[in-house]
Amino acid sequence: MSAYTVEIRVMPRASLLDPQGQAVQHALQALGFAEVGNVRAGKHLVLQVQASTREEAASKARTMCDRLLANPVTEDYECNVSQ
Amino acid sequence: MQRVAVVVFPGSNCDADTLDAAHAAGSDAYFVWHRDTDLKQADAVILPGGFSYGDYLRSGAIARFSPVLRAVTAHARAGGAVLGICNGFQILCEAGLLSGALMRNAGLKFLSRPVRVRLEATDTPFTVQYERGEELTLPIAHGDGRYVADPETAATLEANGQVVLRYVTENPNGSTHDIAGVCNAGRNVVGIMPHPERRNAEVLGGQDGARIFLSLEARNATQHAGDMRAVDGRHLRV
Repeated sequence: MSAYTVEIRVMPRASLLDPQGQAVQHALQALGFAEVGNVRAGKHLVLQVQASTREEAASKARTMCDRLLANPVTEDYECNVSQ
Repeated sequence: MQRVAVVVFPGSNCDADTLDAAHAAGSDAYFVWHRDTDLKQADAVILPGGFSYGDYLRSGAIARFSPVLRAVTAHARAGGAVLGICNGFQILCEAGLLSGALMRNAGLKFLSRPVRVRLEATDTPFTVQYERGEELTLPIAHGDGRYVADPETAATLEANGQVVLRYVTENPNGSTHDIAGVCNAGRNVVGIMPHPERRNAEVLGGQDGARIFLSLEARNATQHAGDMRAVDGRHLRV
């Protein structure tokens, strides 16, 4: 078993309204960053996971996302495993 | 007299009001702690409003794994009546007992004020005392009240008459199809964002919410009159 670091990015599904991203976008534009286009806000989670292989760590992380960390109705996720 | 279990999670804050409203309607209501696994022969279960587990991760996401939810799920699967109010609605969606999900209000602000809603389904255990199409004033108090469902799910809810409450005159949170409350296909599990327990007596500004709780007792008193059957795909009271 070795320790892996799993970084998980959870984002609101692209087809759904993201009012938090919109508010950040408006705030950035109000600060003079006229070059800012669409902003979306999500969550970033960093987990320490014990597993025998990188694949096993990734597979465990996906199960965690499916069961708890992301809502399948409203969110998409990506997992990135490193040692 | 119905036995009504009001589930208390860490962070519930409408549990006492909900218990009072159920008592006022004549029910034998009592609290069940989220770690309990026994609903004590409940006829109906109510998941009250509040901020279970501080709304961490997503509203209702952690409460959904409380030990009591296994008992609530078994009760619901057996056809038992379950009502989720506000945070309770969020928990029922997270638990998969209701379809869809509740997201941050479109305007981002936490909203705490009365709204107008239309009662659209009277064939649930919590709405038999209302008239279909009746408009009510009920308070909302939520930051994550925007009901979302994909277009297919929303079409199914509409086709089956599973929209129980709908905002009228204005949609405060940007919900899909102006939805304020839904039920499951079996019609025994209901989730609503407005708080009927905060509007069940004139001293509270009105009693439009009282019949949510009285419906449980009425259904019990007139068991046969309250029986439901599906006729041509529509649910009629017979």
